[in-house]
Amino acid sequence: MTEATVAGQGSSDAPPVRSIHSFLSSTEIDTRMAGMIGALAVIWVGFHVLSDGNFLTPRNLWNLSVQSSSIAIMATGMVLIIVSRNIDLSVGSMLGFIGYTMAMIQAIWIPTSLGLGFQQPFTWIVALVVGIGIGALLGGFQGFITAYGGVPSFIVTLGGLLVWRGLIFRYAQGQTIAPMDATYQLLGGGPAGSLGDVGSWIVGGVACVAIAWSVLASNRRRQKYGFPVRPTWAMVTVIVAGSAAVLGFVWVANSYYWPPALATRYAIEHGITEPPGGLQISTGIAFPVLILLGVTLVMTYLATRRRFGRYVYSIGGNPDAAELGGINVRRTIMYTFGLMGILVAISAAIQTARLNAAVTGLGTSNELDVIAAAVIGGTSFSGGIGTITGAVLGAVVMQSLRSGMVLLRFDSPTQDIVVGIVLVAAVGLDAILRRRSTR
Amino acid sequence: MNDIARTPLVEMRDVRVAFGGVHAVENVSIDLFAGEVMGLVGGNGAGKSTLMRVLSGAHPADSGEILIDGQPAPISNPRDAKALNIETIYQTLALADNIDAAANVFLGRELTDRSGTLDDSAMEAATRKVMHRLNPNFKNFKVPVKSLSGGQRQSVAIARPVHFNARILIMDEPTAALGPAETEQVRNLIRQLKQEGIGIFLVSHDIHDVFDLADRISVMYHGKIVGTVNKDDVTIDEVLGMIILGKPPTEVTRQELAQLHG
Repeated sequence: MTEATVAGQGSSDAPPVRSIHSFLSSTEIDTRMAGMIGALAVIWVGFHVLSDGNFLTPRNLWNLSVQSSSIAIMATGMVLIIVSRNIDLSVGSMLGFIGYTMAMIQAIWIPTSLGLGFQQPFTWIVALVVGIGIGALLGGFQGFITAYGGVPSFIVTLGGLLVWRGLIFRYAQGQTIAPMDATYQLLGGGPAGSLGDVGSWIVGGVACVAIAWSVLASNRRRQKYGFPVRPTWAMVTVIVAGSAAVLGFVWVANSYYWPPALATRYAIEHGITEPPGGLQISTGIAFPVLILLGVTLVMTYLATRRRFGRYVYSIGGNPDAAELGGINVRRTIMYTFGLMGILVAISAAIQTARLNAAVTGLGTSNELDVIAAAVIGGTSFSGGIGTITGAVLGAVVMQSLRSGMVLLRFDSPTQDIVVGIVLVAAVGLDAILRRRSTR
Repeated sequence: MNDIARTPLVEMRDVRVAFGGVHAVENVSIDLFAGEVMGLVGGNGAGKSTLMRVLSGAHPADSGEILIDGQPAPISNPRDAKALNIETIYQTLALADNIDAAANVFLGRELTDRSGTLDDSAMEAATRKVMHRLNPNFKNFKVPVKSLSGGQRQSVAIARPVHFNARILIMDEPTAALGPAETEQVRNLIRQLKQEGIGIFLVSHDIHDVFDLADRISVMYHGKIVGTVNKDDVTIDEVLGMIILGKPPTEVTRQELAQLHG
């Protein structure tokens, strides 16, 4: 085929960096994604300057990564819901309900009701598995009513928002449930709930290999059929940039050391004599962030490389076409809500583990943050458009704004005002750019 | 025709579809032979699209029977129809605008590897092959079909039945949205597919299109078949009379015919 020969010539070319646009199209980097990374960089540098150099510190960035993870995990599911022209308003309340149930399991039911005592090795697994099961059931049930009952998802999940929150008050009577199981607490991050320096470097190394492998594998697949492939320099650029981002993140996480008091206690417990400057223990990547990375990978695979994802996007693009194509539209919609429930349960575990308790307000207004993260990340309410990685970046953008404003001592109402304006501005800008790019 | 003894490829018997109290299709029987183009004409709301939606599985019939190769073939959804090699090109094209050409061609029938992972490259390769035959100028395989021209979108919709080796093809207003050059392309394709022995139902408003391509013409009027005629035995005027008056040519009075032209 003629195209294959043309591509062959292209790959031997020297880097033809004619313009940003041709660079982006050769490397197949999403322009929207590039724009978002640029916006994030502006936000970070801006806050760093305004806060007299307090933003881009290992400590702040590490905290940012942990604080973003719970919302980001749920945002990956919200993308698929919004892409298929639905909405889930119940995630905050559902998170509260599931978090509460998981807390009850480990603080009351297993130790006291069943008389098995605290700190059983299986406690955290039971709590997690039951929580995820409940999430799948509740989410799937809402999806069932939406898909098979024909009730708009806005209404179904608005009902869910009220019902799940009401149930918490009904069976917990406003009590705070604590403490959590010690192993379970690790899910929430913190110095102990992190990988440490060696583990973090290993994870980083594996991630770099995975990036290189996936780029080369996709190239090989395209070569097999004689399709145009990315020029070599573009592939190298993508692999190097991806690996640099991964290793940079690991380096930052490892540069954040345990708080001195904690390090001292650790030194005493392990009989280590502290050096003059105090013992420096690298924290490394926090477990919630590791969970987020895993969720992002799995969700991206589901969304882009499985039939399920293809169906979700085609339903969002044209529900009639999907139906006429023989797709089981209703079942697919129900599954998106079930999946959302599972992700809510994972986030519920992270939040309760981090708090070491379940409080009645757990997850309140999380649904708004999750929807905002998905939308800032480029998910369109008209359906069919949105990416998992975009939503994760959206969550990081939102959390960066909040955390930066905290550093600048903005009060919480001001934070809400700014986040609200940014949300509308981001979507407005996106709409303008989209209109300009479609011919 | 000398093939009366042959088994029809498709036979629909006494098909009835009602929307609420309105009979969209009433006791309609129609057949189609391999290598034949059956024109299906009628005014707006005559029931031709609804009848074809029954055959393509998009709308189940309230009663009636469908036979494929003389065998009863229950069709209750689009998957059943596709399993019987009945493919449809809808008037709306039925494309998901946000995904690319290959994803649309294979929509609902994606190719996967053993792990169930989508094999996008294989789908793109197959789509390129079909497109090479249908529309050699087609190059935009990596963009959402939203950004394609009307003719290119039409090519994508047509690539579906061609790739999946349709035996029975339903075309609902295939040229309604096309320019003259593209219309001619579709006409050539219909002739080519007919040569290959595919049976085609051609639903159209354009009586000239139908006269040009069809072997037989069925006229529908208010949910019923007025008559089925061999194209060579009738004039365009006679078919127009059937469409507008809802009567076979033999029953049309000279007066009515005169009014038609007045």
